[in-house]
Amino acid sequence: MKITKEEVEYVAHLARLDFREEEKVKFTSQLNDILMYMDKLNEADTAGIEPMSHAIALQNAFREDTVKDSLSHELSLSNAPEARGPFFRVPKVIE
Amino acid sequence: MELHQLTIHELQKLIRSKEVNSSDIVKSVFKRIDAVEGSVHAYITLMKEHAFEEAAKADRCIREGNIRALTGIPVALKDIVCTKGFLTTCGSRILHNFIPPYDATVVEKLKEAGAVFTGKTNMDEFAMGSSTETSYFGITKNPWALDRIPGGSSGGSAAAVAADLCIASIGSDTGGSIRQPAALCGVVGMKPTYGRVSRYGLIAFASSLDQIGPFTKDVEDCAIMMNVIAGHDPRESTSVPLDVPDYTAFLSRGIDGFKVGIPKEYFIEGIDPEITEAMRGAMKAIEGLGATCVEISLPHTEYCLAVYYIIAPAEASSNLARYDGVKYGFRADDCKDLLDMYKKTRSAGFGAEVKRRIMIGTYALSSGYYDAYYKKASQVRALIKRDFEEAWKHCDVILTPTTPTPAFKIGEKIDDPLQMYLSDIFTISTNLAGIPGISVPCGFTRQGLPIGAQFLAGHFEEGKLIQIAAAFEKQANLKQRRPNL
Repeated sequence: MKITKEEVEYVAHLARLDFREEEKVKFTSQLNDILMYMDKLNEADTAGIEPMSHAIALQNAFREDTVKDSLSHELSLSNAPEARGPFFRVPKVIE
Repeated sequence: MELHQLTIHELQKLIRSKEVNSSDIVKSVFKRIDAVEGSVHAYITLMKEHAFEEAAKADRCIREGNIRALTGIPVALKDIVCTKGFLTTCGSRILHNFIPPYDATVVEKLKEAGAVFTGKTNMDEFAMGSSTETSYFGITKNPWALDRIPGGSSGGSAAAVAADLCIASIGSDTGGSIRQPAALCGVVGMKPTYGRVSRYGLIAFASSLDQIGPFTKDVEDCAIMMNVIAGHDPRESTSVPLDVPDYTAFLSRGIDGFKVGIPKEYFIEGIDPEITEAMRGAMKAIEGLGATCVEISLPHTEYCLAVYYIIAPAEASSNLARYDGVKYGFRADDCKDLLDMYKKTRSAGFGAEVKRRIMIGTYALSSGYYDAYYKKASQVRALIKRDFEEAWKHCDVILTPTTPTPAFKIGEKIDDPLQMYLSDIFTISTNLAGIPGISVPCGFTRQGLPIGAQFLAGHFEEGKLIQIAAAFEKQANLKQRRPNL
């Protein structure tokens, strides 16, 4: 076993997901299959190989800090599930 | 021939000679949509009213002689690019009501070129899938066989072009999501070099792999679309500040003296014999055009799938953290506090495949596993890129099958994630190395299902791909065959 049901529960919490019991069982088994497949990578010799994060050599894209048009409050809040005044509204955070 | 069956360049001729106008073309496309969209379901949202308004504007431009690269041409957009004022769902419940306040750069560029948008096409949820079956908005069917999948994730955009529900369309490709559905639907699809087309306004899946590209009815149209969408964008820091050539200039250059690499690792067990046969035909055809086929080796090919299914979910788990029910999209009801809202919203808003990938990605990045999975995968990714650099010493372009099998049946692989992932086996390495690739029709199975050939080239060598794909397309002469809907 690469991953147990308890680890699935822990990773789900990190990812802010909830699963029903039967989903946990199914996911544990599917994630195990997938992670077993990933073991294939251990066959590759990567000694001294620099990890690659982008395909193209990137340079920092600097620019002058100038004022440009931005979205209005109204437009920024237009998709909000709940808004009040110029704010996004969420359920209570602290007791 | 009806207008909706024509290509961009054929329609442009008719527009320039004043034989037809944009309203005629848009009318023809929507008549076709009324007739067959019910059985194909390529679109999530149709923009009919908007399209007729824009067509009327295009007609004024045509009368005034102000004709640009795509004036009056109906183009469909994958529902992953943001369209100001028009629903953009990414195939997900979590964005089922999202109306972007801005346009993606690619949308701006198409508008500037005069394109008329027909609608937003169906896709696998958050572009995670190879069959367009994971969309919250229902499945898209392959126009060549309605009981089969169109491929994915840009299945709606591929099916829309194949079924003449638009003239050309836009897709996005993270591991094959343009080329694989293009192959399975018998159309042309290109994934440009990473950085060639701006990703500004493209809803992110895996940011180091995502790239926008066109679906078209032929290679000439692909060159026309690339001329419009390619180029540097100051709003997108990974877009590359290089000049864009005129891709149409490559169409008639021929391929005399080209060296075409055939990677031995791509002719594996499990590949459909009819695909192997079609590839042999393709090799013969390009040799007949003066090119030479040489065997090459991409020794790390066998690791591509494992690398991809660590890196893409890792990046996705981070990118998709923003869907929390606060600023836009779906929010679950009856939440007792903020954490409860996050969990309920995300659990009800995402489908099974998206959750599976978020879980893999979160696990691969979690403390204690980072080195074993993400770091290891990033190292092997460097080796995969090096394989291609080595290959370009021996050949100008590479030829492979686009997919190991033709379009499979709806439902056939949906419960077996690994089997589904294997359908991208020939397209993934391109994204990992950041190089461009094109899929072009190269034949049909005995059952009448399309087969695609994939050409790959070095970074920013899209012109070479247009050159060989155009020469091959002319030789293969498959354009007259159309799906029977």
